[in-house]
Amino acid sequence: MDRLVELDSLLWEATLETLLIVAITLGIGGLGGLLLGLLLYTTRAGGIAPNRVVNVTVNLLVNFFRPIPFVIFIAAAQPLARLVVGIGIGNRAIIFALSLAAAFGISRIVEQNLLSVDPGVLEASRAMGAGRLRTILTVLLPEALGPLVLGYTFALVAIVDMSAVAGVVGGGGLGAFALTYGYRQFEPVVTWAAVLIIIALVQLCQFAGNRLARKALRR
Amino acid sequence: MPTTPDTRNTAAGEPLIRLTDVSRIFPARSRQGAPVRALDGVTLDVAAGEVLGVVGYSGAGKSTLLRLVNALDRPTSGSVTVAGREVSRLTERDLREVRRDIGMIFQQFNLFASRTVWGNIAYPLQVAGVPKQQHRERISELLHFVGLADKAHAHVEQLSGGQKQRVGIARALATSPRILLADEPTSALDPQTTAEVLALLRRVNEELGITIMLITHEMEVVRSLAHRVGVMEAGRVVELGDTYDVFATPQHPATQRFVSTLVEKGPQPRALDRLRARHPGRMVTVSFRDGQASPADVFAAFIERQVTFELVHGGVEDVRGRTFGHLTLALTGDDTAVAEALAHVATLVEVSTPATSATASGKDAS
Repeated sequence: MDRLVELDSLLWEATLETLLIVAITLGIGGLGGLLLGLLLYTTRAGGIAPNRVVNVTVNLLVNFFRPIPFVIFIAAAQPLARLVVGIGIGNRAIIFALSLAAAFGISRIVEQNLLSVDPGVLEASRAMGAGRLRTILTVLLPEALGPLVLGYTFALVAIVDMSAVAGVVGGGGLGAFALTYGYRQFEPVVTWAAVLIIIALVQLCQFAGNRLARKALRR
Repeated sequence: MPTTPDTRNTAAGEPLIRLTDVSRIFPARSRQGAPVRALDGVTLDVAAGEVLGVVGYSGAGKSTLLRLVNALDRPTSGSVTVAGREVSRLTERDLREVRRDIGMIFQQFNLFASRTVWGNIAYPLQVAGVPKQQHRERISELLHFVGLADKAHAHVEQLSGGQKQRVGIARALATSPRILLADEPTSALDPQTTAEVLALLRRVNEELGITIMLITHEMEVVRSLAHRVGVMEAGRVVELGDTYDVFATPQHPATQRFVSTLVEKGPQPRALDRLRARHPGRMVTVSFRDGQASPADVFAAFIERQVTFELVHGGVEDVRGRTFGHLTLALTGDDTAVAEALAHVATLVEVSTPATSATASGKDAS
């Protein structure tokens, strides 16, 4: 317990780092996932803009990256991280790898939720003279908003989970903190402090997500 | 709202909608499957201001036909012309403008659940680029027209089926189209609500002068709304004519089946067997048409010749203010008197002998 008091400032720093990593990942990965998911949805046979080549390519890409365990993915993506964000270790590299992995995962969530939208309303929009982009932005996405919010909440919790292995490439956050100061120094209280904060964060995310979804669905 | 008949840029005599030898073949769903010929050489005109009803069973091709008019789908061959423009050849971009002139309503309403009633009706205005200041007046006008002024800010899931279709109609009319396409507009509604929606659609045609092309499998819908009826079977229009004529004298077997859902020409063979057991005398069916002799004239002819008649089956129907009907009578009396009376009646109206189950199955050709 004394050790935890000593580490107090480090623990808060780690919490902030986790929040930062997760927030940036949700922003970049979430947007990437939305675009990939839209691409999967619109180019499928019978979709808004059917295109077999694009659909098969994106599907292969998503299926290629999604099964890779995240710990390994970080290492595998390191050369790419150096190329894109200029560094292969630390928080920047972790955010890069997380965003990439999240985008592929979220793309499937987006695709599934868009598929739940009644094609009839899209046809109605088309019959009223709306173009594809307008239909996507003003009909498709609003109609799917409730389930999308829930899907993104699910993804957010998964990102918190994945961010815990940031330590393997020198990233920070609660996961790295728990391993470095708790596990390796035989301080279970420190480990559990980090665990409790993660649980609290996840609960908070889920609560906020549920509320937003309810608002979107008005139920 | 304007009540003048619709004569905008359509030359006199030129139909507003013209389908010429249109076929639509859908590719096979599986490798082993055969391509589906949903439409097979359909030629059809709709005049400005007219209500055309197209009836057919599921799979007859009526939905495919309707979707060609606003080019949601395109024909494999043949041409579709709306107000002189060949929509089947326009690009998707050019079609956007054409579609603002063609409203559409759907069986399942297809309202946007993410928007209020107001937001649903505002959508086509936004798409058409109508300035926002003009929305309020137009939307409130439409809400009053469909009788939902108090529901402006309700959400879609708070509405009944009939109210949803009213919103659908208001939304379809927002940009003041010349044409309204109605895809089974009442098939998801109960009879009472159906009647209300049909009354509203009749006002759309009569008060606003909007041309309506409507598809349905319910003859009642056609009877109360359509000026002309087309009957579809297996991708073809097998009968097309004035609604009254189609009901009073259906020609094609498919049409006869549809009409018999509302009016039967004489009892079914098995029913006739039972009637024969109860009623003595000769059974005949007399068919009345508008402009011919009335039932009173026919009855007088029998009474004059001392032929007793009993009404065993049938009724008189009204289609757009014109009556027709089929009455099956059991005649008793002196044989020559009956023959004479029938000969006279046959000069007034159509007389036929209803089929028993024996004659219907072809065992007895007499």
